Amino acid sequence: MLILWRKTVNGVMLTLTGICAFVTASALFLILGYLVWNGGKSLDWNFFTKLPLSPGELGGGMANAIIGSAKIVALAALIGVPVGFLSGVYIAEFSGKAMANVIRYTADLLNGVPSIVIGIFAWTLLVVPMHHFSAWAGGFALSLMVIPVTLRATEQFLGQVPLALREGALALGASKWRSVATVVIPAARTGIMTGIILGVARVSGETAPLLFTALNNQYWSKGFGEPTASLPVMIYTHAISPYEDWHRQAWAAGLVLLGLVLVANIAARMVLAKGAASQRG
Amino acid sequence: MATAAQSVPGRARTFLKNVRAGDEIAYLITFVFAASVVLITAILVFELWVKSGASIHKFGFNFLHTSTWDPVNDEFGALPFVYGTIITSILGLLLSVPLGVGAAIFLSELAPPKLSNALTFLVELLAAVPSVIFGLLAIFALVPLMRSFVQPWLISAFGWSPFFKGPPYGFGVLTASMVLAIMMFPYIISISREALIQVPREQREAALALGATRWEATWDAVVPFARLGIVGSVFLSLARALGETMAVTMVIGNDPKINASILAPGYTIASVIANEFTEATGDMHLSALIELGLVLFLITIILNGLGQLLLMLTTRQGTAR
Repeated sequence: MLILWRKTVNGVMLTLTGICAFVTASALFLILGYLVWNGGKSLDWNFFTKLPLSPGELGGGMANAIIGSAKIVALAALIGVPVGFLSGVYIAEFSGKAMANVIRYTADLLNGVPSIVIGIFAWTLLVVPMHHFSAWAGGFALSLMVIPVTLRATEQFLGQVPLALREGALALGASKWRSVATVVIPAARTGIMTGIILGVARVSGETAPLLFTALNNQYWSKGFGEPTASLPVMIYTHAISPYEDWHRQAWAAGLVLLGLVLVANIAARMVLAKGAASQRG
Repeated sequence: MATAAQSVPGRARTFLKNVRAGDEIAYLITFVFAASVVLITAILVFELWVKSGASIHKFGFNFLHTSTWDPVNDEFGALPFVYGTIITSILGLLLSVPLGVGAAIFLSELAPPKLSNALTFLVELLAAVPSVIFGLLAIFALVPLMRSFVQPWLISAFGWSPFFKGPPYGFGVLTASMVLAIMMFPYIISISREALIQVPREQREAALALGATRWEATWDAVVPFARLGIVGSVFLSLARALGETMAVTMVIGNDPKINASILAPGYTIASVIANEFTEATGDMHLSALIELGLVLFLITIILNGLGQLLLMLTTRQGTAR
């Protein structure tokens, strides 16, 4: 009797955990499906080539937001990746243990800062002194989110490079930095690149840090010193607006943004899996 | 030191110095960048503190437990936002922890490796979906669903209790919590799964050898061993949920009132910052909003720290009693 009971509990609970897993995984398909369905209906060539129109007018696109997002994310990567990468090299290769812990802890802390707070910080540091919203401020805010991801990825993958490789380089008479630059870093290249791509993909969908740094713009912005439109902020403003045609645009923008983010993610993970396989083999 | 330097011949010393020069420069460059990361984080904390000074000075601790939010008369009490932030996150956790931990158990203990890898991949992709996309879907898919089906049903079934009173707006605390729950899944699942995978094989085999069923072995031998890691994953997700801005702002209804009913609209710290920051009416308003940011920052830092600590403890020694 007891055995039967235990077997039933076993079967029921195991099935339940399976259901949990499938429910959560199918969430992604539901999201994708709904977005593709609605976004697909709304997406047209104008979306990529035209400026947004004022509410009430039908049509228009988000060309300025696409370029704006590209500008802001490029800026974030240009600042965040070198800083994160070199700091990662420092703690993996050059620093003492205590110093490494301090910087690692700081990076984790920075990584945990809510994105809206990052926005406030970029606002006090750049928007207030410059007296207007700009792509600079937006790019800086996002770079603060790229730094910790890049740093941890760099550190992690440099740490996995076998000691024998370093010793080989040193035994051939290379100085420490030569061995790091020409042997260790190339060996960890795939992993580090993956981490960087994932980090940049993540910030490209961030909205909150841009709300009061890059703000938004219905028109083209010249250079980096003006308020700049971006896809995530456009999705936000269009989705909460009361206009039917703006909702349509929001769906189209959502599809484009999610498409870009998912493609970057899948590509990065595939590269990593391939790299790991070739290293093992 | 001086005698040691003198004992080395001068030529050898400069030679040594030249060889080391490359290393010293590399060391210096990387050190400067690493230090800049620490510096910028320090400036972040400093700026939040200084810029919220006016509000901290004027309201003191009243800021956290009064509920007037009146930008016109410069009266600011943050209680409705603190309440909204905590209630949505806790409800979100209640919804996502059972599902998430269940899924993690399935992925680490029961699923065949191929299926487990495929599902984990999907879950990790779910983590990459930007929060504004969750908000977009929530506004146009979840809110109508809540308004026309879920909330009327909840009201008719549980309307006698104060927690499910009021008209079915669609927007509100419960809707926001559900969005948060979906957004927390990936974190809970992937971190708990890591913790479960690290449980030694012997732990499972010993339980099975004693005649335990698969489930008993998992629940009584494996899960307790990994429980610190699972709790850690909950803390880390909670920290994420508290700071989550866009998706919540889009569906919570943005109403600074404290309501017992979870169907009523509410407001969170992150949402009020997002909504009012660019339109702040005066310096005190701005300062109060930045103080809200500081409060949010401190809460998430503490939760993150605790979560990381728990994860470190599990990876180091497990939770063996």
